[in-house]
Amino acid sequence: MNNPYFDLLMWARGPGFDIALTILIGGLLLRVVEIVVLSRKKDLAKPKGSPVLQGLKTIFTRSVPRKGLIKEAPVTYIGGYIFHIGFAIAFLFLGAHIALIDDLIGIQWPEANKALIETAAALAVVALIALAWTRITNPVRRALTTFDDWLVWLLSILPLVTGYIAVNRIFGDGTLMMAIHMLSAEALMVAFPFTKLMHAVTFAMARYYNGSIQGRKGAES
Amino acid sequence: MTATLERGLNALREQIDAPVASFFTSCVSCGLCAEACIFYKETGDPELTPIHKLDLMRRVWSNEYTLFGRAKSMLGMGHKITEGDLTKWERLVYDSCTMCGRCTLVCPVGNDIAMMIRKMREGMSSSGHAPAELVGAAERHSDYGSPMGKLHTMLAAKIKAAEKETGIPIEMDKAGVDYLVLLSAQEIVEYSDVLPALARIFKKAGVTWTISNEGFEATNVGVQIGNRDIARNLVSMVVGAAEKLGVKGIISPECGHAYQALRWEGPNLIGRSYDFEVVHIIELLDRLAAQGKLKTKGKDHTRLTFHDPCQINRRGGINKEPRRLLDMVADNFIETEDAGTMNWCCGGGGGVGANDRAADLRFKAFNRKKRQFEGVGAEKVVTMCAYCHHTLDEQLELHNMDSIETQGLTEMIGEYLDDEA
Repeated sequence: MNNPYFDLLMWARGPGFDIALTILIGGLLLRVVEIVVLSRKKDLAKPKGSPVLQGLKTIFTRSVPRKGLIKEAPVTYIGGYIFHIGFAIAFLFLGAHIALIDDLIGIQWPEANKALIETAAALAVVALIALAWTRITNPVRRALTTFDDWLVWLLSILPLVTGYIAVNRIFGDGTLMMAIHMLSAEALMVAFPFTKLMHAVTFAMARYYNGSIQGRKGAES
Repeated sequence: MTATLERGLNALREQIDAPVASFFTSCVSCGLCAEACIFYKETGDPELTPIHKLDLMRRVWSNEYTLFGRAKSMLGMGHKITEGDLTKWERLVYDSCTMCGRCTLVCPVGNDIAMMIRKMREGMSSSGHAPAELVGAAERHSDYGSPMGKLHTMLAAKIKAAEKETGIPIEMDKAGVDYLVLLSAQEIVEYSDVLPALARIFKKAGVTWTISNEGFEATNVGVQIGNRDIARNLVSMVVGAAEKLGVKGIISPECGHAYQALRWEGPNLIGRSYDFEVVHIIELLDRLAAQGKLKTKGKDHTRLTFHDPCQINRRGGINKEPRRLLDMVADNFIETEDAGTMNWCCGGGGGVGANDRAADLRFKAFNRKKRQFEGVGAEKVVTMCAYCHHTLDEQLELHNMDSIETQGLTEMIGEYLDDEA
């Protein structure tokens, strides 16, 4: 109990996490309500296709790129897939994360083995570095990039790197590293509602609207 | 702040709804929309990235419709819009976007970027930033019934010529017929072969039809400029004519944005659903063929390809119909790469073709079509939009490819109609 970082870890696990979770959930609700209250006018044109069904379908189908597009922007597409899948595996299938979720909402599922999780995390980090590289070198991506993009990039890579270091005790004090890992995840949670991280929730709304607009016309989406 | 700027901002505010907010919230600035954009791809100019073209509307949304943005604005940190911004964005919103909607189908989070450009143009036009040529066309259409001015006399002459050619009488303003036929000004002035084709096809199929002196022109520059009031007036002219004559339906001609304006925007512009059907001419011809009422004889052996008009296929859902019709009359029909839903725009739609400032961009954009046509060795290009047709003619000439023939699909069907069957 003499570890000087113990209190920091305890804070990160306790009040820190509670504060971050409150901001995350409160912020998320606020941002979603902020969108929904704007509503949209009823469309009076007689539908040719099925707007609702196609809207729902598009939430899933838009995860697949259009034919030929991957070769136009391979790093963005492939890096994007690897990052999202890698991050999801590391986040959702690590035993400690499952225990945390179980604690919060009482749901649990089997954990994945360590090699899979570490490979996933490492690939996600490599993908993020590649994506950052194209953000600097690709003129379109560079022109679109704002502070928000770099902040989100940093907040996404930190939990992956610090988690890997803490679990494998690569360097530094184990307790401190675990505290830093938790704080980095909490920073991600706090920033979530106020940055483009919101897309992780609102993509479903955007894809639904896109699909329903096209679907009404009997057009593809 | 000037009065015009304030008017523009107000118009933009009116356009912000839940879909727009969900789109801006979801954007991850990945830049993939640029890969779908003909103007970016053919110029390599990152300024022309579709989502960037919406940046002014995004700022209004961020500054005024998000709590965080409002807080930033109150602290004086919001990125305000100036008159100079609006001037700068004219090139992005009008000159380098045909609202073709390829970006809309590519965006991984599902943003309907083309729809937002349509909305952003409302703000641009309200603040006096619409291209002069389009504003002029809107005035002519409102005052004289067509974007090219008063065409009543020319239409009467073309109808007489069609009657003489076919021996089929065409009665104007005839009540109680099946369909009110609309034309685009382009068809009246440039591609009038469509009239005799329609007369013969409909006579054979037993379809009754008429043309109204009060509303015969289908195009809608209000939709292109982004002015709901003008768009509503133009739609109302046609709807009024249809209701007065008590027709069962309106036939939307071979014109891309006219179909969007009449079929999809129209009821929302006038605030009520129609009691009649709006059908695109190619949809109707396909339907008649399926019912056995449209029979053709012989086939075109030319190596030909089809150009999909964005507003009719990608944004209008009419994809298989023209292909079924082409198969009836052509035996050397070859598709270009990306044909169908993801076809590349001709570069002239959405008002770009009428905008002199965009001439250079239009020329560059057409290099895509040029390569596609060369890739399949096309001797002829068929389309189903008179404005695409016009742009193809213009650009094939400018690109020294005028040996390639062009034709509207309705005229082509007319040419191979079996008059004896």
